[in-house]
Amino acid sequence: MTAAGTLAAVSGLARAQFRVEVTGVGVPQIPFAVAPFAVPAGLPQDVAAIVAADLVRSGQLRQLPGGTTVLDEMARPDLAPWRSQGADALLTGSVRRLADGRFDVRFRLWDAVRGTDLGGLSYPVGAADLRLAAHRIADYVYEKLTGERGVFSTRIAYVSKNGERHQLWVADADGENAQPALTSREPIISPAWSPNGAQLAYVSFEALKPVIYAHDIATGRRRLLASFRGSNSAPAWSPDGRRLYATLTLAGSSQIYALDLDGGAPQRITQTGGIDTEPAFAPDGKAVYFVSDRGGSPQIYRMTPDGREVTRVTFEGSYNVSPAVSPDGRHLAFVSRIGDAFRLRLMDLSSGTVTSLTDTAADESPSFAPNGRLIMYATRVQGRESLMTTTLDGRIKTRLAASGNVREPDWGPFPA
Amino acid sequence: MKSLSTTVRLFPIPRLGAALLAAAVLAGCSSVKLDEAAPVTDRTPTPVSPAGAAGAGAGSGAAGASVDGRTVVPVQTSQPGQAQPPANVERVIYFDFDSYTVKPEYMATLEAHARFLNADRQRRVVLEGHTDERGTREYNLALGQKRADAVRRALALLGVQESQMEAVSYGKEKPAVEGSGEAVWSRNRRVELQYR
Repeated sequence: MTAAGTLAAVSGLARAQFRVEVTGVGVPQIPFAVAPFAVPAGLPQDVAAIVAADLVRSGQLRQLPGGTTVLDEMARPDLAPWRSQGADALLTGSVRRLADGRFDVRFRLWDAVRGTDLGGLSYPVGAADLRLAAHRIADYVYEKLTGERGVFSTRIAYVSKNGERHQLWVADADGENAQPALTSREPIISPAWSPNGAQLAYVSFEALKPVIYAHDIATGRRRLLASFRGSNSAPAWSPDGRRLYATLTLAGSSQIYALDLDGGAPQRITQTGGIDTEPAFAPDGKAVYFVSDRGGSPQIYRMTPDGREVTRVTFEGSYNVSPAVSPDGRHLAFVSRIGDAFRLRLMDLSSGTVTSLTDTAADESPSFAPNGRLIMYATRVQGRESLMTTTLDGRIKTRLAASGNVREPDWGPFPA
Repeated sequence: MKSLSTTVRLFPIPRLGAALLAAAVLAGCSSVKLDEAAPVTDRTPTPVSPAGAAGAGAGSGAAGASVDGRTVVPVQTSQPGQAQPPANVERVIYFDFDSYTVKPEYMATLEAHARFLNADRQRRVVLEGHTDERGTREYNLALGQKRADAVRRALALLGVQESQMEAVSYGKEKPAVEGSGEAVWSRNRRVELQYR
């Protein structure tokens, strides 16, 4: 197909892409191997390594060495050696230059146990989308092997601060390919993806006070959603995308209000003289989790979206904040103060059982992957602000590629 | 050519013609099953004008440009200006750890600000609450608001009109002093009085 001389074997395990920490014995992982893809010399992205890194980061799969023999999507490999090495699946593929300067990324997935072909696809892409093609391949492989939808081609938002420069970024789920959506001399916090993935709501201090914008990331058009007297913060979209819950200080203290995106006066939802903030919708839209100091310390509560039937959810410790509900509604991720440390914790909402997921001291801003299998959060690692992912059992963590001080991640939805 | 719904034929794929592929400009990253011909679409991306010319305050990006779903257009913000504060009056009120009440030692300072504001009802002050770095961003924003609100209530008792004051919070986002430890934290638990 292509002259062998122009092909360069690409190998290397996921470690080349990410720092992956595996602690303890996790759930059984599906072993897979990625053979070196047939690729042209000077290819700007190592597609096979990106695919492998995605799959390892999921915590559901385990990578075995892929050997040194190039296997493209047309090869019919002898699967017996792969099977005896312990691989359940083998990924083969190629990247070829097209006449128009783009690349054709192709792959084929093999079931090494049954010896069957699990299919393959071709992605003709520009150089800028080679990573995206790799993430799409990872999604394909993940879904074939686990039966669940992959999240590798979803996007994340996060904020960086370097000196006086604050930037809101939109990046691939692995933290790569980051593009700036907003640059400001004042802080930006609490980005929140709209349910359709087209907009980000966030708190910007550019007016020298916290106000909430909704920002269409494809066009850069912004709408000032809340700039009421006092502070405007903690935006949370309702699952239908029609309303935004936020914390306003119209009554003096921080209280939760509902804002209709089509306009109209804010409707007050909580009714205390203290702090009620950080609303987070349950995915079915029938409950809102939030933080309140009504019991004397910040704790997480649950209420109906109109503010009734308030129930306390967290009881352990004196500081439980930043609730995030899993897409299936079964888990609550939040941040607890434990001694002097602020740590990511997870509650099984049916049993109330709480587990700690980290041993770091400055965890913040948890959000779930849209398939519910990973949590992304911000923390401090060796003095540097960093973005991490963890599995729900806390056993597999990865630190995302992002330069400078990075914080405030929010995991976007599945593409529409 | 017989096509299976999810799997791909094992023998070599008919080569997709280069011209056909060249015509298939696929927005974002579309895929083609290996045993199917590439669908021919013509979705040439429209160039997007740069967003350097951000409008005052709100900022703006390229309007109405046709862009694919993964484009991110950068926006640059701009800031409002400042007004004259009263001369020779301290403009920062410090708070104890986990405290949201104004200490008596700051009453003289607040009285001076109240005299300045009461002398001219057109004068406006923004009370910016701040916390130390411990804790999460949004909850610290609410705590900073509590401090700003305490100063607002103290000034109101001294005759300053509500219309002259706005209590806002920066939470832990704008420390006066970078670093950790009580010496740093005590300088960051504060309300700044800003005249605009």
